[in-house]
Amino acid sequence: MFPPTMICCQRCIRMLRGRITSVFIHPSTTNATFTQQHLNIHTNTVKHTLTPHFILHGGRTSSQTTVGRSGVGVLQGFCDSAAAQLRYQVKPGGSEDLEATNVIPYEQEQTPSRKQHLTEIPALIDLDDEPHLSPLEEISNEEAIQIVVPDALAPTSSSLRAYVDKSETLTKLVQLGVDLWKLEQRRNVGSMLVRLDFQSDVAPRLLFLKDLGVQDEQLAHIITTNPFFLTENLDNMKARVSYLKSKKFSAESVASMVQKAPYLLNFSVKRLDNRLGFYQDSLALNPAKTRDIITRLPRLLCGSLEPVKENLKVYELQFGFRMGEIQHMVTKVPKLLTANKTKLTKIFDYIHNTMGIPQSLIAKFPQVLNSQFLRIKERHLFLKYLGRAQYNPVEPNYVSLERLVTLPDDLFCASVALATVEDFECFQKTL
Amino acid sequence: MAALRIFRKFEGLFAVYKPSGVHWKLVRDTIETNLLKELNNSPPSVPKLEVRFQALPSGKTGAAKELTMAATQLPVLATSDHVRGPRYRTLKVGVGHRLDAGSSGVLVLGVGHANKALTEFYSSPVTRDYTLEGEFGMATDDFSDTGRIIERTTFEHVTLEKIEKILAIIQGGHQKALITYSGVDLQSQEAYELASQGMLYPHNKSPPILVALRCTRFQPPNFTLEARCVNETQRYLRKLVHEVGLELRSSAVCTGVRRTRDGTFGLQEALTRQHWTASDISRAVKVYRSMVKALAKTAIAVHAGKDSQTGRQFQNTGTGEHSTSSITETVPKQLHSTAKEAAENTLS
Repeated sequence: MFPPTMICCQRCIRMLRGRITSVFIHPSTTNATFTQQHLNIHTNTVKHTLTPHFILHGGRTSSQTTVGRSGVGVLQGFCDSAAAQLRYQVKPGGSEDLEATNVIPYEQEQTPSRKQHLTEIPALIDLDDEPHLSPLEEISNEEAIQIVVPDALAPTSSSLRAYVDKSETLTKLVQLGVDLWKLEQRRNVGSMLVRLDFQSDVAPRLLFLKDLGVQDEQLAHIITTNPFFLTENLDNMKARVSYLKSKKFSAESVASMVQKAPYLLNFSVKRLDNRLGFYQDSLALNPAKTRDIITRLPRLLCGSLEPVKENLKVYELQFGFRMGEIQHMVTKVPKLLTANKTKLTKIFDYIHNTMGIPQSLIAKFPQVLNSQFLRIKERHLFLKYLGRAQYNPVEPNYVSLERLVTLPDDLFCASVALATVEDFECFQKTL
Repeated sequence: MAALRIFRKFEGLFAVYKPSGVHWKLVRDTIETNLLKELNNSPPSVPKLEVRFQALPSGKTGAAKELTMAATQLPVLATSDHVRGPRYRTLKVGVGHRLDAGSSGVLVLGVGHANKALTEFYSSPVTRDYTLEGEFGMATDDFSDTGRIIERTTFEHVTLEKIEKILAIIQGGHQKALITYSGVDLQSQEAYELASQGMLYPHNKSPPILVALRCTRFQPPNFTLEARCVNETQRYLRKLVHEVGLELRSSAVCTGVRRTRDGTFGLQEALTRQHWTASDISRAVKVYRSMVKALAKTAIAVHAGKDSQTGRQFQNTGTGEHSTSSITETVPKQLHSTAKEAAENTLS
């Protein structure tokens, strides 16, 4: 009676509908099961008003023609919610023909718990088991009038704005203060967020963060920086936290580390251990000092080790610092490990060769290497012009490198240069 | 709308002091980000409310067969700042005559609609002043002191008189080129009048032309040149220093190029690095606007006066020589007359 495409299409709608209501319906709308029955009855009549886009895609996908594939291919991976939903629903249902089409890249990153979660709700997926009525059956007007038709969702969108007001997850995230506009610029993050379920995916992870001791204001920042936190396996993260605690990081320091480096808990215990070991061995630090620099700059555990190794070589071979000096500098300013090599070279060259300051003195004030080149240059030239550029600690009128660099302009002029800020600005214009 | 009002405050020309070693694009981008920060700083907008119909569970009432819908007002999250992002993401910030990374000095910038004024500014006869620091004794491949040294020479025979002589010769050549490119007949009365008023200006495309050139300091091996020029590049000026060295049977490198004036914008008005903030920029733009207004008034008065006298079409747009007073005090004799008259011209 109907071509196979049509029947398949109807099946898809039925499968989809359960998912739509569970994910995109507003929390305060009526219960899903109520509409479910009626929609099942009424698929044929409702399909043109309900979600024409879904039907379109369903039809195309299941017909498995080349046209259908290209039609799906046009949809961007991003925010391709309709197709994404479709895929999730159909996969356990057993129709293999959909397997090949439209595999979303994000799929590979699925953690076991997510997949588990999907299979845990067979009621939504295995709709064929339910004793639903035929789509061709007549229904009465009273029944028809009670059908709630949810708003059609945009099948594709270049922005999350189309889904914010309809998705519970996104609504809650916005209320939390997450900057969705930043997240939607990143690859695959948009479609990942749309697929998340607030109760099962987001809430436990937020509670986990709260248990760690992260402050409420920081939650939004963490998720804005690292949205993949919401898909990471909770047990794995707990294992990582307990690993850090086993390395005698205190609970507060773990919380502050997660705040400072939101990607920290996405890395495996093996990797974290590897990093910790590297810093302890290569800098020959004792465990307490290693913990101290890691707590102050947890980014060290996340990033690659190559630039750090390179920087250590630069300090040792190019700048000629001794190992003890490097150790001292790094414990004082950990950021020197990840600083830009060219920038460091430029500053060191100026301080050492132009200002004539020996390595031993630079090692005492490592924050100079972490400051702006222009600031050092301008201030040094100003002091030199005034005849106050005296950096030798044993002679009178000694100007320490720390005071040269860290003081703000007005204080520098008043206490170090003994001149007015206007003089300094006029001098800057002669450079 | 508050942001728009703030944005209007920025629309205008202003000058910044570009430090050496920084690319002009970085200067421009820094200023753009600073202005954007100020524009997007306005308090978060009140979320719009939207009426939505939500179905009440009719199962409880039982008797009611019809679907009961409740109208509720809910904020539209799609327009909130967390979803929409900052309102202003880019600004049109135009850069006037460029300064390359190695040189420092006055850099003119224009925001928004002032980009039009920026093009007008450079289509009018504007000259620029430079201070060039030179050092005798070596020559490099890129004429600056950071380049690869290709030769070393002696410079004991160089004296200030010799430098001034060479500069006068170079200046003479450029003066001739200026008359050629200004498009007036050398033998005409018009050419004489323009030249005597110091108002010759190349109106079409021209190679770099030095309008004035002098040596202000000579302490061997270091020396300082001051140049006023048209259509120049910083590389050309470094090459000039190099050529001065060659002409003196020695060689020289340029240790610094510093622009002290670009049209009406002098060092006084230029904002240093610390002042590239929204408030300081809006203040500078305000000063610029009042200056434009004052100049427009005088230009109308001058124009009316000239029309009644000679009816000559050439008019000074007022953007030419403004802060020349500092330089005219010390101009050598051969340049003195032209520069002085130029200054007088703007004063009148």
